[in-house]
Amino acid sequence: MTTSTAPQTLYEKLWQTHLVEEKSGETPLLYVDRHLIHEVTSPQAFANLRFHNRPVRHPERTIATMDHNISTRSIKIDAAGEGAANQLRALEKNCKDFGIELFGMGHKNQGIAHVMGPELGLTLPGTIIVCGDSHTATHGAFGALAFGIGTSEVEHVFATQTLRQTKAKTMKIEVKGHVGQGISAKDIILAIIGETGSAGATGYVVEYCGEAIEALSMEERMTVCNMSIEFGAKAGLVAPDQTTFDYVEGREYAPKDDVWQQAVNDWKQLKSDDDAVFDSVITLEAKDIKAQVTWGTNPGQVISVDGIVPSPDDFNDPIEKESCVNALAYMDLEAGTKITDISVNKVFIGSCTNSRIEDLRAAASVVRSYTAKGQSVQSSIDAIVVPGSYRVKEQAESEGLDKAFTEAGFEWRLPGCSMCLGMNDDVLEEGDRCASTSNRNFEGRQGRGSRTHLVSPEMAAAAAIAGHFVDLNA
Amino acid sequence: MEKFTTHTGLVVPLDVANVDTDQIIPKQFLQKTERVGFGVHLFHDSRYLDHSGKEPNPEFVLNKPEYKDTSILLARENFGCGSSREHAPWALEEFGFKVIIAPSFADIFYGNCINIGLLPIKLSEDEIEQLFVQAQGANLTLTVDLGNNNVSFTKDDGTEISFTFELGKFHKYCLEEGVDSVGWTLNKLETIEAFESKMPSWQ
Repeated sequence: MTTSTAPQTLYEKLWQTHLVEEKSGETPLLYVDRHLIHEVTSPQAFANLRFHNRPVRHPERTIATMDHNISTRSIKIDAAGEGAANQLRALEKNCKDFGIELFGMGHKNQGIAHVMGPELGLTLPGTIIVCGDSHTATHGAFGALAFGIGTSEVEHVFATQTLRQTKAKTMKIEVKGHVGQGISAKDIILAIIGETGSAGATGYVVEYCGEAIEALSMEERMTVCNMSIEFGAKAGLVAPDQTTFDYVEGREYAPKDDVWQQAVNDWKQLKSDDDAVFDSVITLEAKDIKAQVTWGTNPGQVISVDGIVPSPDDFNDPIEKESCVNALAYMDLEAGTKITDISVNKVFIGSCTNSRIEDLRAAASVVRSYTAKGQSVQSSIDAIVVPGSYRVKEQAESEGLDKAFTEAGFEWRLPGCSMCLGMNDDVLEEGDRCASTSNRNFEGRQGRGSRTHLVSPEMAAAAAIAGHFVDLNA
Repeated sequence: MEKFTTHTGLVVPLDVANVDTDQIIPKQFLQKTERVGFGVHLFHDSRYLDHSGKEPNPEFVLNKPEYKDTSILLARENFGCGSSREHAPWALEEFGFKVIIAPSFADIFYGNCINIGLLPIKLSEDEIEQLFVQAQGANLTLTVDLGNNNVSFTKDDGTEISFTFELGKFHKYCLEEGVDSVGWTLNKLETIEAFESKMPSWQ
């Protein structure tokens, strides 16, 4: 598959096998295998196609879903509000006019793009996958080069099935050894971002490796890769292995029979060569990673649950110092406060980071450990659980997870992006403090003046019942 | 896309690091199917005291009358991080910005700017610092010369200052010529088809 004999990283192999043209004076042209679209970042791209009278070159390579805007209380399009309904109807019309398969409201395959793609076998190792959404990095868990794009690029992919990309630098993040009991994939990625800072991988494609990464399930690897963008990386990768092949095999859109065999043979080559050189290498010891909670307004402002809210004096860099001052003011936190003393009044379990079946099982397991002691969600707290797709919802209900949540006082909602970005009515009020399993704690992200603490599903479940963060491993 | 050759404009300093695209254009304004109508919501939560955007925040730099005619935004590190929404550069462009200057940009945002003809310029921390000093009190009019890859201004004491910046060759060409990048690539359909004919069947 490769033409070069020099040792290559996984990223370089993916780059090489998708390079359509590299010409002096032009940005290299890469082939795009799979394009996922949704209602928010596609309408202007379709409008431009119409303006230029251009078709979608390979409609079969694009799949559409409704996720960002939709109500989690009703499958009716109009329940999302006028602006959202307008966008959702535009997506229906655009998909019909251009021949694109759409998983619309209530369709059995509908879900958040980055939950739906993998579970249907649309996400394959060795491919390039793009979507007008920065969390497209999720699909890198399969050894696919996957990244978010803007609407102009969505249009470029529609019309040409290619994209122009500048080659990124390569970063290897090795997590050595094994994490302790109760430490989740979310804790691993938050600890990594805490180490690098929120822009530490800008200009890089990151490859995660090491025993702790190899030991993760596919869903856990997706959680790790999902947040690659939160420290600036263009994409995150995990080399495909037997865990990957076992997950993909037999899924609806995955290759079958002889083609499957050929695919697996090719995919087995998809790993960085032993002597491949990375531009940057970061190493973490898995045993040192504890449960994480963000205290600030970017995902790099994170600390272990047994820690305290830091002080601006803890930072030498003037920008980080000032960011700390601003974050403490916005978050209404005092330096020195124990993380476990921070109380919340909202809890959100969901998003493309943490809404898959394993996430819901993990959260439900914590919930059950409390309900067994007669404890349930505090009356002062609103807690919602939003599965990532209809398939996840159905599976969770078949296992009785929905009952575990609702009997403890959580609301069990319909799938969608929901409160991660609050484009629908799942929005925090000013002053709300939320334990959220999502990926961004930016100012105003979940609602103007609201405060977000990013945590694992287990931590969010515990916070809903205890009323504050809990060191579950203490 | 409009051609970009040179631009001279007033610089507004936004002295905040890690400005994310949620801040540039919050999610409630993304529910449009058109390409226009975003400029009025640029930096909404900082720019307005109320939710409906009727009460401007007098403390926010873009609301200060002396910066009314600005067309160049000066920012700190990691500008445009977070969400891939191209609505962020659309909003900046519609507000009237032609150029954004920062020590570093998030990758997706940077590409989105290039694709719509909004010029992102990276300068060193030291150069950025000098610009921030000069830009206080609406005192910095900067000339951007894309052909020569430089920005220049005159200090109060009459000294001419010039900084050079790097820009990818093809990015520069697209900006200078206002290239329709989709049309450009469609001229290469034969090359793309040749690539497709060699792809493995599972791909």
